[in-house]
Amino acid sequence: MSFETAGYQLAPVVPELVLAVGAMALLMLGAYRGEATTKTVTSLAVLLLVVVGVLVYAQPAGKQVTFGGSFIVDDFARFMKILALIGSAVTLVLSTEFLSDPSRRIFEYAILVLLSTLGMMVLISAGDLISLYLGLELMSLALYVVAASNRDNAKSTEAGLKYFVLGALSSGMLLYGSSLVYGFTGTVSFTGIASAATVSNVGLVFGLVFLLAGLCFKVSAVPFHMWTPDVYEGAPTPVTAFFASAPKVAALAVFTRVTLTAFPGIVSQWQQILVFVAIASMALGSFAAIGQTNIKRLMAYSSIGHMGFALVGLASGTVEGAQGVLMYIVIYVAMTLGSFSIILAMKRNGQAVEQISDFAGLSRTNPLLAFMFAMLLFSLAGIPPLAGFFAKWYVFVAAIKANLFTLAVIGVLTSVVGAYYYLSIVKTMYFDEPAGQVDPVRIEVRTVLAVAGLFNILFALFAGPVVSVASAAAKSLF
Amino acid sequence: MTTWPILSVTTFLPLVGALIVYLSRGDDEAARRNARWIALWTTLITFAVSVLLVMRFDPSNADFQFVEKANWLATGITYHMGIDGISLPLVILTTAIMPFCIIASWKAITNRVREYMMAFLILETLMIGTFSALDLVLFYLFFEGGLIPMFLIIGVWGGPRRVYASFKFFLYTLLGSVLMLLAIMALYWNGGTTDIPTLMHTAVPRSLQTWAWLAFFASFAVKMPMWPVHTWLPDAHVEAPTAGSVVLAAILLKMGGYGFLRFSLPMFPLASHDFAPLVFTLSAIAIIYTSLVALMQEDMKKLIAYSSVAHMGFVTMGIFAGTMQGVAGGVFQMISHGIVSGALFLCVGIVYDRMHTREIAAYGGLVNRMPLYALTFMVFTMANVGLPGTSGFVGEFMTLLGTFKVSIPTAFFATFGVILSACYALWLYRKVVFGALVKPSLMSMKDLTFRECLMLFPMIALTILFGIYPKPVLDMSAASVQQLVNNYNTAVTAVKAAALLQ
Repeated sequence: MSFETAGYQLAPVVPELVLAVGAMALLMLGAYRGEATTKTVTSLAVLLLVVVGVLVYAQPAGKQVTFGGSFIVDDFARFMKILALIGSAVTLVLSTEFLSDPSRRIFEYAILVLLSTLGMMVLISAGDLISLYLGLELMSLALYVVAASNRDNAKSTEAGLKYFVLGALSSGMLLYGSSLVYGFTGTVSFTGIASAATVSNVGLVFGLVFLLAGLCFKVSAVPFHMWTPDVYEGAPTPVTAFFASAPKVAALAVFTRVTLTAFPGIVSQWQQILVFVAIASMALGSFAAIGQTNIKRLMAYSSIGHMGFALVGLASGTVEGAQGVLMYIVIYVAMTLGSFSIILAMKRNGQAVEQISDFAGLSRTNPLLAFMFAMLLFSLAGIPPLAGFFAKWYVFVAAIKANLFTLAVIGVLTSVVGAYYYLSIVKTMYFDEPAGQVDPVRIEVRTVLAVAGLFNILFALFAGPVVSVASAAAKSLF
Repeated sequence: MTTWPILSVTTFLPLVGALIVYLSRGDDEAARRNARWIALWTTLITFAVSVLLVMRFDPSNADFQFVEKANWLATGITYHMGIDGISLPLVILTTAIMPFCIIASWKAITNRVREYMMAFLILETLMIGTFSALDLVLFYLFFEGGLIPMFLIIGVWGGPRRVYASFKFFLYTLLGSVLMLLAIMALYWNGGTTDIPTLMHTAVPRSLQTWAWLAFFASFAVKMPMWPVHTWLPDAHVEAPTAGSVVLAAILLKMGGYGFLRFSLPMFPLASHDFAPLVFTLSAIAIIYTSLVALMQEDMKKLIAYSSVAHMGFVTMGIFAGTMQGVAGGVFQMISHGIVSGALFLCVGIVYDRMHTREIAAYGGLVNRMPLYALTFMVFTMANVGLPGTSGFVGEFMTLLGTFKVSIPTAFFATFGVILSACYALWLYRKVVFGALVKPSLMSMKDLTFRECLMLFPMIALTILFGIYPKPVLDMSAASVQQLVNNYNTAVTAVKAAALLQ
């Protein structure tokens, strides 16, 4: 059997096909068997994500292109896809408790996560503006619904609605930008745009700005970040963990691919935009987080700041920069999933607590949890020898090589400001008097925390192989 | 010669000890006792292993010894360890001071003993690593990593203003260091590697030298600390528990001086030469100004903290003189100050444990109740003043001698520091130890216990030994210092000759 349709090779899209068919099958299962299947559907969804991950991993090395160049599978795509799949699978695992509540036995939750993940995979492999938009919308539409999945809660519904309205706006901008780029280059494929866009004309730059604005919204970079704190705070915690991990991976991946493969001829045009966005995100992420009292809101500002740092690597526009982005996102996902598993673990008498003051004296009531969180916070602040330091090292080393000294200096200075609010949480946990016992932590949360925490603490030991893989993936873009 | 990686073992043994402390579960008295004993034995064994380093060290060889190299991150960043005559004394100082710190905390620390001991052991690994790393990234890892345990030590077991002090310590140091991180990156692209021995022989363009020197200076000047970025030190010292102050004064401050010797002089000789007047000025101001400030203090720890800043002024002055006497004197002064200031903080800790106050006015006439303590305190006060016959004299004398050759005004002003140090140190001693014993709370003070003698007497021995016979330390570092000074002078004269030819 030749594995093709209408003359196009299907081998490169096997993982996506498996995921799509699997998601449909699970939807049928849930629809016909009803709410009682929530647990089964969720477990099978995790299994499906693992299988798809293995399939992506097993794809042959090197670059494969199908559907006339709309779909690219290279080392970069595989790297990002596996990361996004890990993010989705882990958040599904973390959602078990949220879904076990009798009032929230919604099997659609797992299906939506699967569909959103499918969108991410298409997005990561996008080779032209059409598949980019398709992937982005598939990912986002599922996310809007997931954000509102706690439907009896006003905040959750508000978060979903807010996310939808602003997301639709950004999609519009992205679409408008794409149409301008198409109009001025005569093609939608990235390689075609790259060969046409060698000199900058106003129309093309105009389109580029709108395109980048839409992408900035998805990675929640300043000045398109306003939705982030509200959505992070309003959405159920496992959903927030999801928002902070997998979609960020996909959005950053497509951001990198568009800028580096579609517009390499006009680097200086988008470089200044990215430098501004990076500086603004890092500064806002650091300063605005200081005043927060809700841990989820704080994590939202933290993630804005971290996207700023990741964009520092991209702003350099070099292969080192792409490698920096890859390193950053790997470590960021680990730190984020670790931090959110701690936020999920913070329960008193069965009630989730989200205020920073609730962490007071955690080092005495639950020393291990406090230690892990402290290490994650130091890592988020970029203190060696924890993983977060290496993330910052690789993006800034790229910026220095590209002679972006101002960006680098401002970046490290804001990281010192950022260190202040991370330290404040450590202070609350270690220096303050206990605020009462916390409930025993559920096994799946404990497992995620252990893996993410150990990854974070011991990263220095196995950094070498990760660097090599990231380096190979970055090179596949050039 | 060696079949086992003796340097890495020294570095990571305390970490193993910390793991063992972690595994010894429980929170009752027995568990606390276990934690203390495990920590003590770990530091003692580490010290024993580090003595092996001294025995196998070849002082006539100026190059790095006990070199270990392994792949770590790709592209020119490796796990590279090694020591020379400049780092070995500091490694030994670290391993030697740590057991005293553990003993000093034996009774004083009663809550969260396990965590306390783990923090100290992890800190020890990071400190030894800082002095023996031969890769810039590895160095930065150890250098900055030390902030985490020290932050917790000050914040959890510190005094009433511990939160303020710990934040100030952490953020001040971090701010300086991130700029150094950028300079490390620039050096990486300039040389294609972060290997320190390779970078020492890589030419750095003049403009990069200037910027990189300033960035490294930002980090080391804060760590040292030099005037005017010293303000975190008195706060950190006052709030830290006794052993924390000892580590801070004896070892952490030396990282700044070590950084100047390892990076600034060898890698940026021209910039170092250009900026030497700046360092001289700051050092002279530090010596006089902080000595005057010390005179006004009412808190014993604060007084000693300010005196530390003044003594570190001698170190920076000597190092940047770039002469054999200056640099060797700087190294010696670091070791001597490590012992003396560490011991002084222990002395303060001893009366603090009994009275729970560090206010100078609360004491007086201790000699009547505590003759042994009075004697011990006197030896260290004299060493702090720089009385001939104590180790303090040798370091100050050599750095002044080295500086006289280069800048007479600096040496002239710095000499005032010797006089001023006598003023504040003797004033402190008179207020605390002499006078009539009138305060009723002091009537029941007990003299040194066996445990306290165990901490202080070896330090007295070393202070006097190095004061009369400084040769062991000077010999150990002589070859490396000579090479450093030669390379520095060669680079500077080459540029001067080139400028004359034009």
